[in-house]
Amino acid sequence: MLGTRSIKTTAKAWAIDLAIRMVDLTTLEGADTPGKVRALCAKARRPDPADPTCPPVAAICVYPAMVPVAVEALAGSGIHTASVATAFPSGQAPLEVKLADTKAAVAAGADEIDMVINRGAFLSGRYLEVFEEIAAVKQACGTAHLKVILETGELATYDNVRRASWIGMLAGGDFIKTSTGKVPVAATLPVTLVMLEAVRDFRDLTGRQVGVKPAGGIRTTKDAVKYLVLVNETAGDDWLDPDWFRFGASTLLNDLLMQRTKLTTGVYSGPDYFTLD
Amino acid sequence: MFEYAPAPESRAVVDINPSYGLFIDGAFVDPADGASFKTINPASEEVLSEIAEAGPADVDRAVAAARAAYDKVWSRMPGRDRAKYLYRIARIIQERGRELAVLESLDNGKPIRESRDVDIPLVAAHFFYYAGWADKLAHAGFGPAPKPLGVAAQVIPWNFPLLMLAWKIAPALAAGNTVVLKPAETTPLTALLFAEICQQADLPPGVVNIVTGAGETGRALVEHDGVDKIAFTGSTEVGKAIARAVAGSRKKVTLELGGKAANVIFEDAPIDQAVEGIVNGIFFNQGHVCCAGSRLLVQESVYEPVLASLKRRMARLRVGDPLDKNTDIGAINSAAQLERIRALSDIGGEEGAERWSPPCELPDNGFWFAPTIFTGVTQAHRIAREEIFGPVLSVLTFRTPAEAVEKANNTPYGLSAGVWTDKGSRILWMADRLRAGVVWANTFNKFDPSSPFGGYKESGYGREGGRHGLEAYLDV
Amino acid sequence: MSDARVAVRKTYKLFIGGKFPRSESGRSYVAQEANVALASRKDVRDAVVAARAAVKGWSGATAYNRGQILYRVAEMLEGRRDQFIALGLPAAEVDEAIDRWVWYAGWSDKITQVYGGANPVAGPYFNLSSPEPTGVVGLVPPPSFLGLVSVVAPAIVTGNTVVALAAKDAPLAAVTLAEVLATSDLPGGVVNILTGDPAETAPWLAAHMDVNAIDLAGITDPTLAASLEEAAAGNLKRVVRAPLTTPDWSADPGLTRMTAFLETKTVWHPKGI
Repeated sequence: MLGTRSIKTTAKAWAIDLAIRMVDLTTLEGADTPGKVRALCAKARRPDPADPTCPPVAAICVYPAMVPVAVEALAGSGIHTASVATAFPSGQAPLEVKLADTKAAVAAGADEIDMVINRGAFLSGRYLEVFEEIAAVKQACGTAHLKVILETGELATYDNVRRASWIGMLAGGDFIKTSTGKVPVAATLPVTLVMLEAVRDFRDLTGRQVGVKPAGGIRTTKDAVKYLVLVNETAGDDWLDPDWFRFGASTLLNDLLMQRTKLTTGVYSGPDYFTLD
Repeated sequence: MFEYAPAPESRAVVDINPSYGLFIDGAFVDPADGASFKTINPASEEVLSEIAEAGPADVDRAVAAARAAYDKVWSRMPGRDRAKYLYRIARIIQERGRELAVLESLDNGKPIRESRDVDIPLVAAHFFYYAGWADKLAHAGFGPAPKPLGVAAQVIPWNFPLLMLAWKIAPALAAGNTVVLKPAETTPLTALLFAEICQQADLPPGVVNIVTGAGETGRALVEHDGVDKIAFTGSTEVGKAIARAVAGSRKKVTLELGGKAANVIFEDAPIDQAVEGIVNGIFFNQGHVCCAGSRLLVQESVYEPVLASLKRRMARLRVGDPLDKNTDIGAINSAAQLERIRALSDIGGEEGAERWSPPCELPDNGFWFAPTIFTGVTQAHRIAREEIFGPVLSVLTFRTPAEAVEKANNTPYGLSAGVWTDKGSRILWMADRLRAGVVWANTFNKFDPSSPFGGYKESGYGREGGRHGLEAYLDV
Repeated sequence: MSDARVAVRKTYKLFIGGKFPRSESGRSYVAQEANVALASRKDVRDAVVAARAAVKGWSGATAYNRGQILYRVAEMLEGRRDQFIALGLPAAEVDEAIDRWVWYAGWSDKITQVYGGANPVAGPYFNLSSPEPTGVVGLVPPPSFLGLVSVVAPAIVTGNTVVALAAKDAPLAAVTLAEVLATSDLPGGVVNILTGDPAETAPWLAAHMDVNAIDLAGITDPTLAASLEEAAAGNLKRVVRAPLTTPDWSADPGLTRMTAFLETKTVWHPKGI
């Protein structure tokens, strides 16, 4: 229901720019190379090279090995370097390996860490283990922000999503994030609604604000706007800010750019006019 | 130790008049309002001649002359006779080849080696090729008796002045049209010498008319109600303006516009050969080439050796006097173009790409730009998206053939592309997928009158050269 | 009380990406005594997305395969011949349209040889020119059914995909043709058909930057034709202009409607040992 709000054209232009500023531009492939990451960083700085009024994205999200390349390429831009860590995407590694993974990424310059929770422990009901692992990773992060990936596609129920959200927040997560993008079911609106309710309630209770990041499967401007409406209606406009809401995406950005161009030129654009990186 | 001696080609073969009128109805005439502009030698900024500037009244007169020649003479002349005029012109061009080459280099700034060995021979070849079609149109695949269109308005750029004239005039005349051609304002001289050649060939008056001037002259010509066909080579921006201007008319249009060609180097390419191709692709004619290989896409695994070889090769390029036979890179055609190249190159630096040029001394006078490469470029850099039209190469990398194709095609342009690999099946695989009108595999910047040339997407429409080139000038 | 059976009526919908959606706008209009979807600019956008997505597969299919599918269209149309006649079309026109599909089907693997070829360049080079599809083609077909077939078939036989804006007052044959196409092994998105008012939707199609060409065969208003051409110049679409007089669609179509939406690619390679 909330997804069907109709918004004004001026609001749409604002929403598109906000969504661009909220994108964690992501490449998480075994085939990533420095060249690929540098290309993505250039795109992060200037999503639309033809239009200097187009804002940059929030962050680049890469594997730990690619962090130094991203940090160098983003120097001075104000764009964050996020790294996945803790044996992403499965999280199936000993804790010391996960902590070492995290520390290495932070040492290389990542200022945001996207960790995966231990879904095995969670689904076996060992919630304390999940909590302690997040807390340990949070400590390993130092000053870097921690995003806790719940991998909601593997949690099976909304109750589990709510429970995992709370564990993530209580353990010190700065963000809770839906998905790795590596399992068939990624971000959905209902799951994000549950998480937004959780961060709203958590702040009411503790006074601490936690961010939300849906990731995976958000490909169109229409989708992104639905999410923003959901944020606005559920958590409130405090969250309508790149510090508190992000989109984990790779193909979404070009659709946002195309719609942005449609608003300024009045004609539908095409992929040839936007860069692929 | 091993110094090359200066080897200047003699200017004595050319005889430039202090001023030129418009070539209308077989004679040089003064413009109605007496306006004129100067054409200069871009290598020295010396004024070469004073050129008449055609206004609307002059364009009117030229179109009327072309119409009369079409109605009364050229459209009625048997194809075999049109052929013989074109053969005559081809022969005179061959005989006066050196003179045309020197004049082209003087007015344009391109190295004499290129005007002498590439431009002018191709001009003659083009007239020879289309001469042969004039009496064979019934066999060209456009029906048993294809008809010409009438009066063709042709507007050409300054990068290959006489060659672009040949690409336009030869097929138009062969098909039975008459023409009014406007050369670029910075390079009118060879077109005016061509007018003399038409006189020398006794080409009937009015069949070819040359009106000199700048953008306004061109606009008056393409918007003239009396023309049936427009052929334009130049920028995509002007091409779009022409397409808008003819909306609702019945004028037939062909456009050959900008490009941002990818030159793709695979890891199994013969590197030294590829480097020659890269250099030819971007530094030929100072990079003033719409099909220039201005985006180098190197497979990451061979990036270092390719770059090292390229830089070594670039350090051997000789920049300087266009008339010196040892010169590889001549002068930039105009102050305005130099300004554009500088501005975009500065943006490349500001956007974080790394700029490199070999040490090279540039002359004090004239317009010069050292051969330049930018590394660390990605698709999101303006220098990877916008046509620079100068000796500036943007170097990008790729990992897989599919990624090379994606990046190569990720542009509104689609004029040309290059592929370097030793694997035949990969060449054909790439050639199938590259969205470009010309694909050079293990070679670059090759042209031939029998080979169709022209673009996909915003690089324009229609083809020049070959049997396909006739279609642009026939009512089909 | 009569015992005549109550007929099941057909809902005439859009044809986008192989599916039959209603207009996203929810609008419909009455034409030929039926309710027909009234497409919006957003339907144009969706149809272009579907057409673009289909380009890779369709242009990459073998010419033999495309020819078979076009022939299959003729077969299916033959089988539904009476349906078209029931819409009020003359039997001769339907037959002519079926034959036109057959004619174009045969061109799929011949146009390359007729329109391309080897070029005898003056040097040791292999040099070959071959035609390739332009990409996504916008069509504004005429109201005649034979005319509709005569603009759709030549555009797709070479590997283009199309978005066709059916004539406002004659949409039923177009939608029925879509049903034929949907059951002819033609991949979804190769042909998309929007009913409604082309005067409303054509400007969006003509201006769309991801459409490579446009055929204005069905435009009769010269002012609209000129403004569509002008919009098409935004990304230098290949344009087939609106005809000056009503064309005789039963005449020999020639090659021009195929070649108008073909690009010539020339490949060079050195010869040597």
